[in-house]
Parts: sequence; C-alpha cells; structure tokens
Amino acid sequence: MQATVEIRPQEFEVNASLLAQQPEARPVIQLEHVHKTYTMGDVEVHALRGISLTIRAGEFVAIMGTSGSGKSTTMNIIGCLDRPTRGMYILDGQDVSALSKDERADIRSRKLGFVFQGFNLLSRTSALENVELPMLYAGLDAGERHRRAIEALHSVGLAGREQNHPNQLSGGQQQRVAIARALVNDPALILADEPTGNLDSRTSIEVMEIFQRLNRERGITLVLVTHESDIAEYADRVVVFKDGKIKKDHRVAQPRDAAIQLQNLPPIEDDEDED
Amino acid sequence: MNILSIIRVAFRALARNKMRAALTMLGIIIGVSAVIAMVSIGQGAQASVQAQIEGMGTNLLFISAGAQNVGGVRGGAGDTGTSTPLTTDDLDAIKREVPSVSLVSPSVNARSQLVAGNQNWNTNVQGVSEQLPGIRNWIVQSGDFFTDADVRTAARVIVLGQTVADNLFPGMDAVGQTVRVMNLPFRVVGVMTRKGQDPQGRDQDDLAFAPYTSVQKKLLGNTRLQVAYVSAGSPDLTYTAQTQITDLLRQRHKLTPSEPDDFTVRNMSDVAEAANQTNSTMTILLGCIAGVSLLVGGIGIMNIMLVSVTERTREIGIRMAIGARSSAVRTQFLIESIVLSLTGGLIGIALGVIVSVAIPALLTWPTLVSPASIIGSVIFSAAVGIFFGYYPARKAAALDPIDALRYE
Repeated sequence: MQATVEIRPQEFEVNASLLAQQPEARPVIQLEHVHKTYTMGDVEVHALRGISLTIRAGEFVAIMGTSGSGKSTTMNIIGCLDRPTRGMYILDGQDVSALSKDERADIRSRKLGFVFQGFNLLSRTSALENVELPMLYAGLDAGERHRRAIEALHSVGLAGREQNHPNQLSGGQQQRVAIARALVNDPALILADEPTGNLDSRTSIEVMEIFQRLNRERGITLVLVTHESDIAEYADRVVVFKDGKIKKDHRVAQPRDAAIQLQNLPPIEDDEDED
Repeated sequence: MNILSIIRVAFRALARNKMRAALTMLGIIIGVSAVIAMVSIGQGAQASVQAQIEGMGTNLLFISAGAQNVGGVRGGAGDTGTSTPLTTDDLDAIKREVPSVSLVSPSVNARSQLVAGNQNWNTNVQGVSEQLPGIRNWIVQSGDFFTDADVRTAARVIVLGQTVADNLFPGMDAVGQTVRVMNLPFRVVGVMTRKGQDPQGRDQDDLAFAPYTSVQKKLLGNTRLQVAYVSAGSPDLTYTAQTQITDLLRQRHKLTPSEPDDFTVRNMSDVAEAANQTNSTMTILLGCIAGVSLLVGGIGIMNIMLVSVTERTREIGIRMAIGARSSAVRTQFLIESIVLSLTGGLIGIALGVIVSVAIPALLTWPTLVSPASIIGSVIFSAAVGIFFGYYPARKAAALDPIDALRYE
C-alpha cells in the first residue's frame, strides 16, 4: 500500500486493476486455521472453527452471513480488535495473532481504517476534528493533520462541511466523514461493518460509490461485512460464513457499478431530504 | 500522541459538559477556599498575638510564686509555714540590687463589684505599683496614675479601664468621682487609654488599677504576692535580668544548689512561644477540618469521572478502534480530572483570598494569607485530581474496544 501523498489517480487505476486480476498480488490478510472460542460460564462457544482466508492488495471483498455465523468475530480478528484462540493471522506481512493490546492499537492506527454501521463519530466534535483523530493517535503534527483531514473530506465530497458537527449532518454525510476518517492514515485495509445498515437505498448506493471509487482509483483494499446480498454485489468477491466456517467463497463476475446506478437515478438535491 | 494534544482533548471533553464540570469543580473550590480562609484565620490570630506580645515590650519579665512544674509551693528554711515565698521585700531587693531591672510592679488581683451612684460593675481590681504604666506601655487618657506616695500610704485611689469607666459613669468624666469597692470609697484619679480586645476576644479594658498595698490591706486582707511584673532596662538585658533575678531570689530564699526554684521567672519570648504553640495547634485543626471538605470535593470528582467513563464508553471504544493506546485513554481521563481539580483549586485560591480579606472587615478577626497555604492548596488539589482520577481513568483504559463499541 502506498503511504505517500503524491497519488496520481490515473496511474493507480492501471495498477489497481492489474493487481486485482493477478492472483499473485501481495496478500494483505492471511488467516490460517483460525479458531475462536468464547467461554461463557461453563459453556464453550465455538465462534470460529478453522477459518482460512487470503485477501490480496486491491481486492474488494464482501463478507456475508447470518447473525451467529462468525462474520462479526472474523471482522473483529481482522480488525485487530480481538485475537484468535488458535491459528495464525498475518496482516500486511506481519504476524499479529499474538500481539498485546497496545501493539494491536498501534497496528489499528497504522494499517487499518474502520467504518461502522452506526457511524461512530464523536458527538459535539466537528467533522474535521473527527477526521483528525486517528492522526492524533498516530502522532502527526497539527499542520499535517489539518492538511490531510481537509484532503480526505474533499475526497468523499464533503468540502465546506469541515466545521459541521455530526448532528448537523445527514446519515450519508456522517458515513462519509467516517470513511474520510478511515482512510486518512493511508491504511493497508479499510474494514466496513454494515456501512449501509442505517442508510436508505439511495444513500447506500452513494456510499458504495465512494467505496468502489477508493478501491478502483486508489487501490485501497476493502473488506465489507453485510447481510444484504445486493450490497455484497458491489464487491469483486463474496465470502459467505455459516456456523463458524466459510461456506462459500466466489468472485463476482459482474459487480454492480454504483456510479452508473447513480446516474440512472432521478436527480435529487444532494442528501438534503434524508431523515 | 503528545501530552499537549491530550490536554487539548481533555479540555474539549470538559467543555462539552460545562454545567457538570462547574458543579464538580465547586467541591474543590469550596474545599480549597475553606483551607485558605481557615489557615489565614489561624495565622492571623498567631500574628496578632505575636504583635501584641511584642507591643507589650520584649523587655517584660514575669515573676510568679511557686515552681513552674512542681505541684506544691516549697518554703525556704526561714519561711517555714509561709505559703508566700514572694514578698515585697524580694521586689524591693530586686529593684535595689539588680542593675539590669528598671521597673518593678507586683500584681495582686481582687475580683470585686464596683458601685457608683446607682450603677455597678463587676471587674478585676489589680493591685500594682506606680511603675505599671511604664512596664505595660500603657498610659492614662485622663487624670493621672496614682503615685509612689499613694502606694506607701495605701491610699484609696483607683484608675479605671475604659470599659469600667463607660459603665459606671456613662457620658461623664470619671476622674474625681468616687466608686465603692466592697463598700469602701475609692477616689478615681485616672482613666486608662483604650486597648481593645486581645486575640482571644477578651476585653482588655475591663479592669481597674489600685495601689497594691490598698488592695492587699483593704480588699484582700492579706499580704500574699503571687505575681510581679519586671521591666528590664532594654530588650537585650532581658536574659541577664532573668538570670540575675533568679540568683538573687535563690539567695534570698536560702535555697541550696540541690533545691529547685520556689518561684518562676519568665520572659515574654517564652510566653510568645507558648502562645504560638497554642495558635499553631488551632491553625492545624482548622486546616484539617477544611481539608475534609477538600477530600469530599475529591470524591465528587471521582464520582463524576466514573459517570463520565460509563457515559462515554462508546467514545472510548471509537478512540481505541482508531488507534488510541490504553495509555492515551488513561492519560486523557486523568488529565480531565486534574484539569477539574486544578481549575477548581485556582478558583478556590482566589475565593479563599477574597474571604480572608473580607473576614477582618466583617468579623474583626485578623487574618493572614500565607503563601505556603496557597502553594499547598495547588499541590494538594492536583494530587486530589490524580488520586481520585486514577481509578476512573484506569477503568476507561481497561475497557475492551469491542464491548465499548457495542455499548448503548
């Protein structure tokens, strides 16, 4: 993953599409025989029963499954919020299966970006400050933080909304602030947990359009957890979980293109009519 | 993540809940201002006692009958059967033979009722010599103090304190009038200047002076002498005078070297020290009581910080998910609590100083704001913030990001 700021989109478009097609592209996520067991009182709950999954740089993967299928647990492990009970997890070439809490915090800071269903922005804090937050913990100086936060907000189409607080933004706009926050540290991977769960269908398409654009133009690796199959169809690859195992893992031959869909939708004033 | 950014984050978090932050700080504000005000009252009392003692003259000595630390009074060989080892002869000898002593006055007290016309007043009639005004640095306001001749002849003359004069002769000049003390007429020859209250709040003007001979013979009916005031020639001579008086009295009382003194000679610095000790005990006591309120304020901070941690569980989860280490979260909450307590402390200092300045005006108690109590309050309130903020901060840092994010 490029950590430099001199990104030329055209160049990346070529590289990203190349990477996506080449099976030998560098792996970003390698899960090998990962088990996760929770102990609840005397009962052992096997949330994951031996997951092996490789996701390569530039891929856009949707993880699907019903609740209890193990997709959230996998998400937490991939996001370095949790550790596997058994098995190995290599993230961006580094074995992170046995790191301490603080080491995992550093990994999250440097290599991961999160987008949540409930947006999870800090309330009573401006969009700009929300986006600056990850860089604060990564130790960047104030000038750099400010510059990159503005840039990230522009890239998700929120120029001019920098000083708005979350309660002054629509759901779609809040989710775009969250996306800007996720990508501002140039992560190796962006994890989106039901990012459209709280949004109406039009706004969902808008958010998917941003994800597709980031994936195609900047080659950002994306992992999306969803239970909606039409949302999963925007991805290049769909992994289906059931009972703590991978049930299905297939490439999408013709992913839906959010940009084209948006063009075909009747024009509405941007986001203003949302609840 | 540098400390400055964390401080800024902490300030911003507090600013989101201004009312709550203010109320939390109030506990510390009250605690710190109470400490400062209480200590300033204690120290003011101490300083005024000191000033008063110094005003009485550092060359003042007390001689009292009886050893300081011995229960009974020992009689000398020749005085067996007498319970008064201090006599007027002793005092005359001191006056005559100790060159470092300039003035001497015995002091005998008779609590009596003074009657003038249809007014009466209970007060302390002190039998002293004509040298008392010089010893106590106290002059008459009108009339004259009685004379050497009055003492020799045990004349029935009296000098009143302002309070006594005001009560017996309201609105008129007391000099030349007659008061009856235990049914004996005394002629008022003078009225003392006003001294006001002493630091313990006692009225120093509620007394009357008469020749000690008169008090002994006419009011008390005995010649016992318990206390005498002596003035050294100069402050430098105080200790010399003390030693010389002790030597002379031991000689006159025929004490062998193995026998302890049957009298006590004290100088004002000893008295000042004793008074100081009493007052610093009071200061410490007041400070401790005020310290309890500071402690309560600290518990208030801890309470609010715990509520805040629970309330902001989700925020903590977000911060952790996007890369905040536990230590960064802990530091943030710790700094929030230190900011609360320290800001409260600073406001409390301002308030405490204002109260300390207002007390003398409202209650006529002297106060003295000491820099030590201010510095101490700053350090203590910061310590309160750290101590009471640590547990909530640790609780925040120990949260699991997954659970915290799921928290509703």
